Amino acid sequence: MDVEILSRIQFAFTVAFHYIYPPLSIGLGLIMVIMEGMYLRTGDKMYETMTRFWTKIFALTFGIGVATGIVMEFEFGTNWATYSRYVGDVFGSALAAEGIFAFALESGFLGILLFGWNRVSPKVHFISTLGVFFGSMFSAVWIVVANSWQQTPAGFHIVGEGTSARAEITDFWAMVFNPSSLDRLSHVWIGAFLAGAFLVMSVHAYYLLKGRHELISKKAFKIALGVAAVFSLAQLFTGHRSADGVAQNQPAKLAALEGHFDSLSVADMYVMGWVDKEKQEVSGIKIPKGLTFLLHQDFETPVRGLNSFPEDERPGAVNAIFQFYHIMVAIGMFLIALSLLGVYYWWRGTLFEKRWLLGLFVFAVILPQIANQVGWYAAEMGRQPWVVYGLLRTSDALSKVVTANQVVFSLIMFTIIYTLLLALFIYLLNKKIKHGPDDSDLIDQRSHQREMAELFESKKA
Amino acid sequence: MSTFLGIDYPTWWFLLVGGVFSGYAILDGFDLGAGAWHLFFKKENSRRIALNAVGPVWDGNEVWLVIGGGALFAGFPVVYATMFSAMYIPFMLFLAFLIFRAVSIEFRSKEKMEWWRKTWDISYSVSSVMLALLLGVVLGNVLQGAAIGEDLEFQGSWLEFINPYALMVGFTTLALFMMHGAIYLLMKTEGKLYEKLIVLLRRGIIFFIVMFSITTLYTLIYIPHLSDDFKSNPALFVLPVLAFLSIANIPRLASKRKFRQAFIFSSLTVAFLLILVAIELYPVLILSTIDPAYDITIYNAASSEKSLGIMLIIAAIGGPLVAAYTIFVYKTFSGKVELDDHSY
Repeated sequence: MDVEILSRIQFAFTVAFHYIYPPLSIGLGLIMVIMEGMYLRTGDKMYETMTRFWTKIFALTFGIGVATGIVMEFEFGTNWATYSRYVGDVFGSALAAEGIFAFALESGFLGILLFGWNRVSPKVHFISTLGVFFGSMFSAVWIVVANSWQQTPAGFHIVGEGTSARAEITDFWAMVFNPSSLDRLSHVWIGAFLAGAFLVMSVHAYYLLKGRHELISKKAFKIALGVAAVFSLAQLFTGHRSADGVAQNQPAKLAALEGHFDSLSVADMYVMGWVDKEKQEVSGIKIPKGLTFLLHQDFETPVRGLNSFPEDERPGAVNAIFQFYHIMVAIGMFLIALSLLGVYYWWRGTLFEKRWLLGLFVFAVILPQIANQVGWYAAEMGRQPWVVYGLLRTSDALSKVVTANQVVFSLIMFTIIYTLLLALFIYLLNKKIKHGPDDSDLIDQRSHQREMAELFESKKA
Repeated sequence: MSTFLGIDYPTWWFLLVGGVFSGYAILDGFDLGAGAWHLFFKKENSRRIALNAVGPVWDGNEVWLVIGGGALFAGFPVVYATMFSAMYIPFMLFLAFLIFRAVSIEFRSKEKMEWWRKTWDISYSVSSVMLALLLGVVLGNVLQGAAIGEDLEFQGSWLEFINPYALMVGFTTLALFMMHGAIYLLMKTEGKLYEKLIVLLRRGIIFFIVMFSITTLYTLIYIPHLSDDFKSNPALFVLPVLAFLSIANIPRLASKRKFRQAFIFSSLTVAFLLILVAIELYPVLILSTIDPAYDITIYNAASSEKSLGIMLIIAAIGGPLVAAYTIFVYKTFSGKVELDDHSY
């Protein structure tokens, strides 16, 4: 294999693995802020206990997130040197802002969040939790800005020609608020909130099914369910906005997302399907003229298809992009249905009696993770063959001095390390979940006493 | 060229990147040094105390590397691209050890089995040693220069990063961090561990002074370009003198058991040594061993003035914020380590 494909595999692998963790950190951060906020407001020790419990799981996800995050920053220089020279002037300022405004904030306060329970007042501790949460939100801001600039470049001009060409910034705010930044940022944030909320619901649903930590689990589950319901619906909105943006700014990507080949025709929308790239056909369940309607709110306006782009400017893996995108959308819809169902039973007061539903929630934790992953695959593969859309090709962005053997070495190294990390993560996560929150001194013993009393009564009778 | 206070933007950015990396070396330097000593502590409790001395701060310290990397990428993309791709293997190994250092700290306390803790202890200590060494190796290569061609691309072989001088600088860096780390641990411990660390620090100081002398002599004799600025400008001699005084002050304060002050001087030593490096390099960032015309300098490697200006504003806003909460965190965890149920 050549350096290009190896470097792409390595970057995709390391960034995909990394992306298991930051969404959890952001999502758990939000839920911890709510839990600890409830503790400060109500003084109910149970909220403090659940915050402490989730802090420990947060520490695990955050730790691996930090450890695997620096890898990508370095890979820009090691594997994508030409890219680094090309975008450094623009991309660099976003990365610098991320480091100084986001990472420093979250890592600084992390120490207090994890180890400061007995050292600072509850208020200062809450401020630290907020600091870590905002830090993780800001880090998403800058990295999504940088990536969005690669999707929809703005606020720059090109200096030099050929191999020495590079983008130079002309307008910082135009770069930051490039056409896709806000839509994609909100989409990423909410994806992260859902990842966190569904993890919390999964763990507490598991406790409820096992009859452990019941009181605390009911409270925690409701908090997470509220978050999930609000944001799974909101995700529909940001998702639509993102798709609209793709249609305007990256028509070739949009065509790949829906497997739309005809140069200019009214486009269908598929619920699911399979793309045959050779025959330029999609077979599956479709909503006729659905894509046209979604984009233009009518049934006549044509949509540009893949064939209207020069062959070397079309994304290659159309079927993969199609599948990833449709899996993401399907999961998004399912999460809305699941959350609303949960809310309905909550309103009816029978939520915690529906064991089948709790069982579903135990396994649903994997869904936002999959959606977050495949959503990014679709976004990044759909941008190909460009690394900076319309400006720099991925094949031109490589390091010229790095050889295939070197990349094979590092790829094997990362594969081994990350396999080990994932195994350890799952093992330790499982262990922490099995251990559960330290709520033994909080549980109200009165119901237990009443049961005993009833038992005596019935024996007497 | 735009200037601020009479200094041009690339120079400001050179100072800034240098400052961030110095901050990283001072802060993560003691973490790595403490990690390098880790296997010298035999008792479980000692190891826990040593680990918890860096526990709440190592992550924040590592962020300085992330910021430094980002600042280098942003300020001097050409250096970032050329250096990182030329030294592909050392940087990849660096990443691997960085991951192992981080997860060792995180995972060690999660199980009680002896083999588990021992495995992570070894992983933690080996990673810390290797990180210090690799940082020094990269620095050594930057000091020596590299085979940079006309297009500002590296033209040598990927194995060139391993050479005697780079290794020498690597071991000097390790020795410096071990001395620095031992002093940090002395501020955070008491009792038997404290007494043991006093002995270890003595060895660390000897290790450092030996390595430092060898490297300095070698540099003066074989790498003349690293001392010509000082030879041509006697006024600058005050800096090496300050560095030597600062080093000499460490054993003096250590023998009086004034470890807080000793820590200030070991931090200053790190800073002075890097300032010496910066003065000798400036305005070159990577010297070309092929032709001086191909040197990568702060001018041919810098981002546009516009970009540098924007980022200086970002740094001016962000810098004080970072300083403020760093100080706050260190204040919260100042004093001797006390283990509680949240500790590692």
